[in-house]
Amino acid sequence: MVSVASRPLAQLTLMRFREFLREPEALFWVFVFPVLLAAGLGVAFRNRPADAIKIAAITPEMAKSLRQEKLLDVQELSMRTGEEALRAGNVALLAEPGPGGTVVYRYDDANPEGRTARILADRAVQRAAGRADPVGTADVLMREPGSRYIDFLIPGLLGMNLMGSAIWGLGFAIVDARRKKLMKRLIATPMPRAYYLLSFVLSRLSLLVIEVGALVGFGALVFHVPLRGSLFVLSTLCVLGSLSFSALGLLIASRARTIEAVSGLMNLVMMPMWIVSGVFFSARRFPDALQPVISALPLTALIDALRANMLQGASFPQLARQLGILAGWLVISFALALKLFRWR
Amino acid sequence: MRGDARPFLTLASFSRDTPAVSDAVPQVALRVRNLRKTYKDVVAVDGVDFEVRAGECFGLLGPNGAGKTTTVEICEGLTAADSGDVLVLDMRWDSAAGEIRQRLGIQLQETQLSEKLTVMETVVLFRSFFRQGPEASAVIAQVQLGEKTRSRVGELSGGQKQRLALACALVGDPAFLFLDEPTTGLDPQGRRQLWDLIEQFKAAGRTIFLTTHYMEEAERLCDRVAIMDHGKIIALGTPRALVASIAPGHVVEFSAGNPANEVDVSAVRRLDGVSSVRTQDGSVSMNVTELHRAVPALLGELSRQGVPLTELRIHSASLEDVFVTLAGRRLHDELRS
Repeated sequence: MVSVASRPLAQLTLMRFREFLREPEALFWVFVFPVLLAAGLGVAFRNRPADAIKIAAITPEMAKSLRQEKLLDVQELSMRTGEEALRAGNVALLAEPGPGGTVVYRYDDANPEGRTARILADRAVQRAAGRADPVGTADVLMREPGSRYIDFLIPGLLGMNLMGSAIWGLGFAIVDARRKKLMKRLIATPMPRAYYLLSFVLSRLSLLVIEVGALVGFGALVFHVPLRGSLFVLSTLCVLGSLSFSALGLLIASRARTIEAVSGLMNLVMMPMWIVSGVFFSARRFPDALQPVISALPLTALIDALRANMLQGASFPQLARQLGILAGWLVISFALALKLFRWR
Repeated sequence: MRGDARPFLTLASFSRDTPAVSDAVPQVALRVRNLRKTYKDVVAVDGVDFEVRAGECFGLLGPNGAGKTTTVEICEGLTAADSGDVLVLDMRWDSAAGEIRQRLGIQLQETQLSEKLTVMETVVLFRSFFRQGPEASAVIAQVQLGEKTRSRVGELSGGQKQRLALACALVGDPAFLFLDEPTTGLDPQGRRQLWDLIEQFKAAGRTIFLTTHYMEEAERLCDRVAIMDHGKIIALGTPRALVASIAPGHVVEFSAGNPANEVDVSAVRRLDGVSSVRTQDGSVSMNVTELHRAVPALLGELSRQGVPLTELRIHSASLEDVFVTLAGRRLHDELRS
């Protein structure tokens, strides 16, 4: 029987684990940071009963009629302090009496809150003066899980995290081993070279379980982010995504000899995707002319697929295009990396 | 022929379970013929020939940049030569790399092992690559790191790291060890500890090929030495024979006079018992066969010329003097300037 101690692949994978687990900073960035980010953004963008908008009125009568509107928080201020509060952004609108019994609204029309305040204030003023609405209306409020910002955010953060941990994990470890001539020392032994590369994949996939579990579990437990698709499809997406980004990381690190060089390359590759691939806001916001390029990026494909799976319950047939894009990046990056890879 | 090589495998520290026939070391462990390697426009190795015999400690001595590391790395199968032939343990890299790697123990210059791993984890990792060899703990004990088994590599001193690197070279119970500048950067104590270890391997019958730019290291450890400079081997033989052939007896070095009142070196050359004279940076160095005649003659000649003596040194000839005689400069000039 062959013990673990004598299996080179097991030993190389163990080395990866040990190096990773004994680096507290890496643990923080991979496991803790995404959860903190999700928590922070989830709280900042939480859905709550629409906030009352702060406005100011100059006269007591005007303040009284404006207070009839529940969505306005009205302060009564002097003209001078009212103007200061408006300039400082503490109130969205200032209502003052105009000539001949009219009302003057001061606000910034470039600010959506100011425009909303203008509509609400005017409605309150007109109603207080006796205007009746000719048509009756009713509201239905949309607040169920799956359409909130946090629901949009968790798959985006998951994709970003899969990209970062794969590219950073491989890039730094490989260039560091090359720089310290550890790689050269290893290939001077009978170690099969494929095992060296395979050990990165194995350790990456094992850590993936914790990494994905932490973020998705946090979203599901704390914010009730839905998981409408099958977990098998979700796992497949995470594994394929991680493999594609690992191959990309291998390609980025295939020739660099210094940490500075590889850091620059990694940022060059990842930065555009952080911005355009729809992590924090929809990729559709970019011009139509750019959409073919953006949707062919691996992070866009992964995040689109994760969102479709988690929020809409999409399965393999609906995700074929994204799976194809990820597989394409995997094959091309890996083939190129093997061709370019510098072992010393 | 193979049978003759068996005595070299009588290892003191390790016993082999089943000595297979393929473990036999041929009488010539390494044969290098007409090796050449050029990097861009720099000729690193310029037609090198030598042999390392089974069971000997062979040293490649030369200044930094002489081409030693390139030569060794070609022999280790890490660098491809432009031309020439390398035969390691009767095998060639292009046809039997895997088999050769199983049987070589290699220590590279300046390898930094992973700082996060412990000594034991590092040795177990390297041990896993080899078919056979001693237990990791036995190798660790052999390089005297037994107390550091659980320490992280990052916590070791320079000498301890170097001994750990040696342990990683020993895990496959190699018949043939390559050590590339094993003591560079160590303090005198660390260097002596490593020398003791290397002497143990020699006593155990292992073949060793080491490079160094410390002549005292080569003199102490090596059975035979090749001196390398500018990509060529400029001398090869036992340290004793090299010293005897080039610089018999002693070396006298002196500085005298000043630019306005220089020594007439041609007169010094004709002195009794002086075999050769070189001048460098205002100091004169003479190889002397008969010290008791040459020194008084030198002093007499200087006072006859009326040139004041400012410095006088006498020492037994060493490999350093062999290098100076052949290369026309000191081994460590680039370090001193």
